[in-house]
Amino acid sequence: MGEDADTRKINHSFLRDYVTEADVISTAEFNHTGDLLATGDKGGRVVIFQREPASKAESCCHGEYNVYSTFQSHEPDFDYLKSLEIEEKINKIRWIPQLNAAHCLLSTNDKTIKLWKVSERDRRPEGYNLKDEEGRVKDPSTVTALQVPVLKHTDLMVEVSSRRVFANGHTFHVNSISVNSDCETYLSADDLRINLWHLDITDRCFNIVDMKPLNMEELTEVITAAEFHPQHCHLFGYSSSKGSIRLCDMRAAALCDRHAKLFEEPEDPGSRSFFSEIISSISDVKFSHSGRYLLTRDYLTVKVWDLNMERGPIETYQVHDYLRSKLCSLYENDCIFDKFECAWNSTDRESGQDVTLEAVQDSSKPCAVLKTRRIGSDGRRGGRRRRDDVSVDSLDFSKRILHVAWHPAHNIIAIAATNNLYIFQDRAAPNM
Amino acid sequence: MFAKGTKRKLSDGGEEAAAAAAEEAAAGARTTASYNLQRQCLLDMSLIKLQLCHMLVEPNLCRSVLIANTVRQIQEEMTRDGSWQAMTEAFSAGQSPPERLVASEVLCRPSPPPREHGDAGPEPFPASGYGGCRPQGAALTAGGEDALCPVAVETGTTDPCWEKGEGPEAIPGDDGVDEAVFGRGAGEGREDEESTGGAKAMEQVYGTFEIKSPAPSPDPALEELFSDVDASYYDLDTMLTGMQGASKMGPYDLLENLSSHGPSSMATNASCRPDLNELDHIMEIIVGS
Repeated sequence: MGEDADTRKINHSFLRDYVTEADVISTAEFNHTGDLLATGDKGGRVVIFQREPASKAESCCHGEYNVYSTFQSHEPDFDYLKSLEIEEKINKIRWIPQLNAAHCLLSTNDKTIKLWKVSERDRRPEGYNLKDEEGRVKDPSTVTALQVPVLKHTDLMVEVSSRRVFANGHTFHVNSISVNSDCETYLSADDLRINLWHLDITDRCFNIVDMKPLNMEELTEVITAAEFHPQHCHLFGYSSSKGSIRLCDMRAAALCDRHAKLFEEPEDPGSRSFFSEIISSISDVKFSHSGRYLLTRDYLTVKVWDLNMERGPIETYQVHDYLRSKLCSLYENDCIFDKFECAWNSTDRESGQDVTLEAVQDSSKPCAVLKTRRIGSDGRRGGRRRRDDVSVDSLDFSKRILHVAWHPAHNIIAIAATNNLYIFQDRAAPNM
Repeated sequence: MFAKGTKRKLSDGGEEAAAAAAEEAAAGARTTASYNLQRQCLLDMSLIKLQLCHMLVEPNLCRSVLIANTVRQIQEEMTRDGSWQAMTEAFSAGQSPPERLVASEVLCRPSPPPREHGDAGPEPFPASGYGGCRPQGAALTAGGEDALCPVAVETGTTDPCWEKGEGPEAIPGDDGVDEAVFGRGAGEGREDEESTGGAKAMEQVYGTFEIKSPAPSPDPALEELFSDVDASYYDLDTMLTGMQGASKMGPYDLLENLSSHGPSSMATNASCRPDLNELDHIMEIIVGS
């Protein structure tokens, strides 16, 4: 994406005091057409934005995203057996490919996955013969003439209803959900297990990966992310905290503990340190749209893997290598355990990945935040400053961007930074 | 970054040249000492992280596993170094409560050199360990972010007791760390408390590091200082279960316990008086308030 010439500074500092923990955005996801963008927050709410059709005058830019619907997806819960709270924070949202006029999405917190149906109603029938305006049944003897009921336009109402609740499937915290290309099943992954569900069946699921050792004290590796292959409904991949990705074929066995492929880069002995393992832990994994490549994110890098080559990534990008000297501080304040996300652009092209890297770099530049406009007023902002403006020591580790979503067709990315959602658009090449 | 390979080369060079050049040997030893100190600080920081997790919500299993792996790695390295064994012997020689948190000993020098009052000081281990790692830490020197404990490194002196004092308590060395440390929880039923078991396993894994009731403290001033600390809190399990209820044992209490052990074990260490304000400040950083 190109740089924007004019800079506008908006001082958000007075708003920072008003940020409540519950408003922090915890996930963002575009639907398959890109017209809808769903965000989940720590308070268990889901806010869906819809893109307004672009007006003729601004044909070079796409429409803005405005709030379409808001609903409370998850409530805080309590596990009485363990005496522990279950957070209502939405960990992931995934849209289900649209089958009819309604949109369906899956949202999950640590333990429970829910299927929500979002439907519109903008007209209602009027002119019944046997019912009056208020819906009371009329006395048939009072009916003197017959009329055909007509559909009249009303104000648009967006209704959200809970259609399925997939509960009690997970002992550990759910970190990923992924809808299968067959549009009938989906997987949910927690720290040690991956389950396969059918979208219509809530009282049963199949366990397809189990990494839990018999003795929990022998535990050294956990599952960090999982995703179905975009075309092959029998293939899925999952990443681990040791920096490896496993590709599994569900046709081979019911329990996919033996991987079909293992993607692992041999460790560079020269750069080994006590933090090597922690920063090699993969926080996000995404298949490319073509299904040929995998994108993985660990703490400092983004790697592109070819599914045909297991011994190492084909490309590695240093996202914020300047943090390498700060690993101790980051370990102390727990920032080293942050989970960053990654995203492909629509064409899986290299330049797309560069932009993803830049967006993550934005987190280190407080001024870049000021350059953008908040969502709702103008969704057409693009461009960012070069990072050499800011020195490494002045970085504020509390400002970091963890969640990103890329429009499936255009160069529009949504970035969630604490409680703010920013939408960037590439003015130079909007329709790559 | 304290790259392992680099440090080892230096220390090996020091050993080889010891006969030839005393200076070289001293430089090598100092580097080894600082590396060991850094490693020690990291170990202690990791242990604290494992213990002080939020008990209202289940702790993040991935984070716990990564920290536990880091601790394991350090312990393996220290076992290979032999510093583990040396420290274990040093401990079994003297102290009656065999189980302590490590660096509370390490960082309290037995024969303290004249020290500034303003020295952030390594007495309670978190003070040093975290003091060095604060991003805005005033203690950061030109040695920079590389040094975990720049304050200690700054003072420049190499105290042989640093090396001896390292490593945790009486763990049967021959079994290796894992067995002894993990043996504690072996008998307990796990299946019905899986993920809490997972999290608690991390705590119980290091249960040998729990703070036991101290031997009568030789330092009456310290005793008076900590007289109001409830001895029952010294038990980690009690602390954990206590935390789940309404009354939490605050992290301040934990550190008070730690620091109370440190000086008490080194009888001659009069100047190792924990600075409670320092502790408060450090704890704020750890807890992230």
